[in-house]
Amino acid sequence: MGDTDLGLWAVPLAMLGGAIRVSTPFLFVSLGECLTERSGRINLGLEGTLVFGAMSGYAVAYESGSAWIGVLAAAGAGTLFGLFHGWVCKLPRVNDIAIGIALMLLGMGLAFFFGKPYVQPQAPDLPAISFGWWSEISQVEAALQVNALFLIGIVLTVAMWWMFRFTRVGLIIRVVGDSTDAARSMGLNPNKVRLLATGAGGALAGVAGAYLSLYYPGSWNEGLSSGQGLMAVALVIFARWSPVNCFWAALLFGAAGALGPALQSVGFSSGYYLFYAIPYVLTLGLLIAMSSPNRAIESAPGELSITK
Amino acid sequence: MSAGDPTALSTPWVRPSAVFLPRLDPLVIPIGALLGGLLAFSFFLVVLGKAPVDFFSLVYKAGFGTAFSWQNTLSRVAPLLLTALCVALPARLGLVVIGGEGAVVLGGLAAAVAGFALSGAPGAIGIPLMMLAAMLVGGLWIGAVGALRFKRGVNETISSLLMAYVAIALLNHLVESTFRDPASLNKPSTAPLDEALRVGSLFGMDVHWGFAAGIIACIVAWVLIERTTWGFAARIAGGNMRAAQIQGLPVGRLIIGFTAAGGACAGLAGFFEVAAVHGSANGSLISGYGYTGILIAFLARHNPLAIIPVAILLSGFEASSGLIQRRMDLPDATILVLEGFVFVAILVSETLYGRFRIFQPRAEAV
Repeated sequence: MGDTDLGLWAVPLAMLGGAIRVSTPFLFVSLGECLTERSGRINLGLEGTLVFGAMSGYAVAYESGSAWIGVLAAAGAGTLFGLFHGWVCKLPRVNDIAIGIALMLLGMGLAFFFGKPYVQPQAPDLPAISFGWWSEISQVEAALQVNALFLIGIVLTVAMWWMFRFTRVGLIIRVVGDSTDAARSMGLNPNKVRLLATGAGGALAGVAGAYLSLYYPGSWNEGLSSGQGLMAVALVIFARWSPVNCFWAALLFGAAGALGPALQSVGFSSGYYLFYAIPYVLTLGLLIAMSSPNRAIESAPGELSITK
Repeated sequence: MSAGDPTALSTPWVRPSAVFLPRLDPLVIPIGALLGGLLAFSFFLVVLGKAPVDFFSLVYKAGFGTAFSWQNTLSRVAPLLLTALCVALPARLGLVVIGGEGAVVLGGLAAAVAGFALSGAPGAIGIPLMMLAAMLVGGLWIGAVGALRFKRGVNETISSLLMAYVAIALLNHLVESTFRDPASLNKPSTAPLDEALRVGSLFGMDVHWGFAAGIIACIVAWVLIERTTWGFAARIAGGNMRAAQIQGLPVGRLIIGFTAAGGACAGLAGFFEVAAVHGSANGSLISGYGYTGILIAFLARHNPLAIIPVAILLSGFEASSGLIQRRMDLPDATILVLEGFVFVAILVSETLYGRFRIFQPRAEAV
């Protein structure tokens, strides 16, 4: 076994591997945002939650020696951020978009503040499962190194789809998201449902951050996130609030993000920064194509402030 | 007891305090929230075993204590004033534009490129043209956000944010390729500006002209909002867009005009960063001023005149960052944490408006 010259085939192969690696944080944070938005609220602060999750996950993994305890800690920290967002939004006249921006700032500030001592040390990595053992070609093997969190993400996607489609909890979240009045008349407490949905969404964003710091790129520093938490908001719109679509959208964003490095590996290096911008341009283009001045985006939760 | 109370109708006498107190509402609540945020931050410091008194006295010393520290503070205010306007002007229409950073970096790039094209020109011609280029690019960038909102119903918060990322990628790409000065080896930059095209200091102080421009921009924005029919129309449209449209107000032109004006301000911030601070456009333009501007605009409740003291205050906090790191052994993100606390406090305080009985105009039975 060894490096085989694959020529231009290296590009799609590296993109496949890159898509799986890069898409995992997108998948988690967008599933979290999807859950929150389906309950009729938007949390723009997931970027801060994600960065704080990355830091706390890394720090706890380093201190405890176990990457999985780090992931749990990140989920716990994310839950706290989500619950705080949900609690503040309960107050009358508080704008969920603005409070999200503030929590983004606070989350990043706290992460940088407490993360300073953890920039140097090396925490344990999350394990990867090799699906490429059958291949003789090392690039194929590398591309098929799949992290356990990616697989958990797939399970979660299906579970969330099932929940919205077939369960009572899913129905409650959908009703609250579509009409506060209808939910109230059914005897539901919309604020409580949204509080819990935002908390759970925060937990998933925390896990997304832990993936960044514990697997890929796999270290903690202040420039770790490239806005995955913010792009999740757009990604969920692109996915039309469907968990299954979130999965495909995350893969697509992952592939777009992997395009630049993949082309670089075959010697195509100019316009490096422009490749980085592809996911943003893609999102903007889709947003423009899907929006309309006269009506809300199709299948949007009725109570969502950004599409009303 | 509200003014709609039936007993109020029969009693015309109004307590004098009721006439004056309502005006305190928008003043007392933000100041209270600012103090609340600082108090929460002090608690945070105490938990970490640091003395808040030390912290605030160092902030005072480094930010406002001496003539030197005042200069240090004021030299950082210009981009904060201008980027806060990029949030406050669209906010008058109820729009939350948070991508001012994009207009700053592209405005700065436009100024540098214009400066390169104009090298050899006298300052009196070159500088206004560079300013124009920066404002035009910034205005087009954020104006496009407004146009997308009006024409296609695209949410302005998200589109402006995405466009900020695109702008940063564009800047990084262009300073490394098309506009790169071959002499800039370690840090890709555009060609350094001619000495004649640099913006100098204000009256022998260590504060550049951007400060004066920022203050003027705030005053002009205040006049625009509070004393012109455009500002009045924008406020009506911000209250209820549909109703404004039915009234025949040019909602589209208002949206695009106010977002473009905000973007022009942010572009101007980029111009001063290039012409007065860095001397060329490079990665240093991406410094997060656009994001601090959001905080300032919200703290000032989108009032352009209130932006001035708030920006100076926050600039003083940021100016003291270095001293706090050295003296108190706190990380450089301390100021970011402080800003986060204050930001959350100010937004939570929104819920207090109209809650206090003393702030409400009321008529009482004698």
